[in-house]
Amino acid sequence: MSVPLPVFIAIPLIAAFLLPIFGKKGKATATFLANLVTVSLLVFAISSIGRTDVYEVGKWPIPLGINLVLDGLSSLLLLAISVVSSAAMMFSTRYMERYTAKSKYLSLFLLMVAGMNGVVLSGDIFNLFVFLEIASLASYALVGFGCGPEELEASFKYMVLGSIGSIFVLFGVALVYGNTGTLNMAYISKAIQASGLNAGLAFALCLFITGFGLKAALVPFHAWLPDAHPSAPAPISAMLSGILIKTLGIYALARVVFNVFGVSIEVGWLLVVLGILSMVAGAFLAIGQWDLKRLLAYSSISQIGYVILGIGLGATLIAKGANVAWASLAILGGLFHLVNHAVYKSLLFLTSGSVEMSTGTRQMKQMGGLAERMPVTRAACTVASASIAGIPPFAGFWSKLILVIAAVQAHLYWVAAIIVFVSLCTLIMYLKVQRYVFLGELPESLQGIKEHSGSMAVAMVFLACLCVFMGLLLLVPSLKHNILDPAVSVLIEGLGYSARIINM
Amino acid sequence: MPYALCFLLFMIGLYCAVVKKNMVKIVIGIMVMEYAVNLFLIMLGYRTGGEAPIIDKTHIDPQTGQVLANFVSNSVDPLPQALVLTAIVISLGSLALMISICIRTYGEYGTFDITEIRRLRG
Repeated sequence: MSVPLPVFIAIPLIAAFLLPIFGKKGKATATFLANLVTVSLLVFAISSIGRTDVYEVGKWPIPLGINLVLDGLSSLLLLAISVVSSAAMMFSTRYMERYTAKSKYLSLFLLMVAGMNGVVLSGDIFNLFVFLEIASLASYALVGFGCGPEELEASFKYMVLGSIGSIFVLFGVALVYGNTGTLNMAYISKAIQASGLNAGLAFALCLFITGFGLKAALVPFHAWLPDAHPSAPAPISAMLSGILIKTLGIYALARVVFNVFGVSIEVGWLLVVLGILSMVAGAFLAIGQWDLKRLLAYSSISQIGYVILGIGLGATLIAKGANVAWASLAILGGLFHLVNHAVYKSLLFLTSGSVEMSTGTRQMKQMGGLAERMPVTRAACTVASASIAGIPPFAGFWSKLILVIAAVQAHLYWVAAIIVFVSLCTLIMYLKVQRYVFLGELPESLQGIKEHSGSMAVAMVFLACLCVFMGLLLLVPSLKHNILDPAVSVLIEGLGYSARIINM
Repeated sequence: MPYALCFLLFMIGLYCAVVKKNMVKIVIGIMVMEYAVNLFLIMLGYRTGGEAPIIDKTHIDPQTGQVLANFVSNSVDPLPQALVLTAIVISLGSLALMISICIRTYGEYGTFDITEIRRLRG
């Protein structure tokens, strides 16, 4: 079964505009339809693994028309988006009951999914910007969905920084068009290979790195994330931290740097430095937090650092002309960590939502002893914590191990040491979560609480199972060969992307 | 020269968005940046003394049925105009959302001053 590529964008987009019609009375139908959409996208994403395809919109041949491109990297991201969005949507079924206007929430949620799928599939740089804005606008509105003072403040902060990032990207697109005369990524890459980087294109590359860096919340640009992610409803926090910053930030950055402009040693080092800064700063800031969701948000910054570090290390190695096997190991580590982080960070945010819904607070000092009252949440949270801290059988361990091996092979022993050190900090912060939330004495005020079962538990168990078995993605050769290796090879081939798309 | 002025406009917008304390002024700064980029796109496609890129009978060679060569070299580039239309629609959407968030925030806090709207820290 091969699905035409626009389906990935059209289904959620059409559903997003249909759902508000149901209003208050048809809430159950709307929820069912939204779940159906996310699950069917998951099925389509699984069925399109290993497929490469170019779709010309409206049958206009490139470079005259717009094209959608599905390759290894896109299908990896599509899979991650659909896994996280199905789990978050399942969780929202029960969790969002306490908000009014649930059908509007579902509609914005699907709009965000449509935007992210579009970013991942687009082969045209202006189209990428348009989908990026669709996803961002939906996420600004979702962060402020509760309409409380804190939500509005966080949403405004996120919106200002996010809009500045988008404008930088648009400016970059304009400069690229002015210098190369085309908007199709493959043809831009061809023009850059013919003429080399001039001053305008180098400035455009700086603008892209800043703009996508703002979206990915890398450390000098991270100010909005610790406010925005905790303020959103829990399933949306899971979506934002789990997948939005990766699609809009890291995927777009990697695609532009590797496949359009081509890697250079300077850019590679810039990514490595940004990655290390994010890892260390995020981890230190996270340990001091007492607000559960805020701690998770800071930890996202730290984990995003790992991904960028892996990709940057790969870029440096390719630009130096070193052994390709080392470069692909570094990139494999980065991308595998991206997928792992998508699963366990969204699981952690879902468990935090479950805890918040039962106890009515996010302050860890007011909790304690929830292990007996909320067994499913506790089990899921422990699995995710073990995974993010890098305890051996779980997925997080394997991706960090690969990154350490790649750093050692590149003779960057200090980078390997930092990776291990930040991993230790991560372990400390999640031990803190376990200690203050689930162990210890149950406070008086929380004696009567009980866990919400049903769809919320199903979503958490689904992601927890994935956390346990994600290691297989690396260890079973056929899975690695079909899912991870094609994604790595897209980044390794670099500028070969242009010839591949043009000749297809 | 026009490009330098356009970049100056972009910088004024960025300065306004980063430095000002009033929420509405920040929104205005972001919109000035957006317009500077739109202006830049329009200037990319502009050609002094050019004509609108619409083909009618006078542009077609009666013998061969092909478009005349000087039409291509005289007309302005239509693609940036299409991009600007899209960008304007997007910025309209984000402007509406930003302003509505400003209004709701004013309702909650009673002020537009971001130094007084500080419940989140960290």
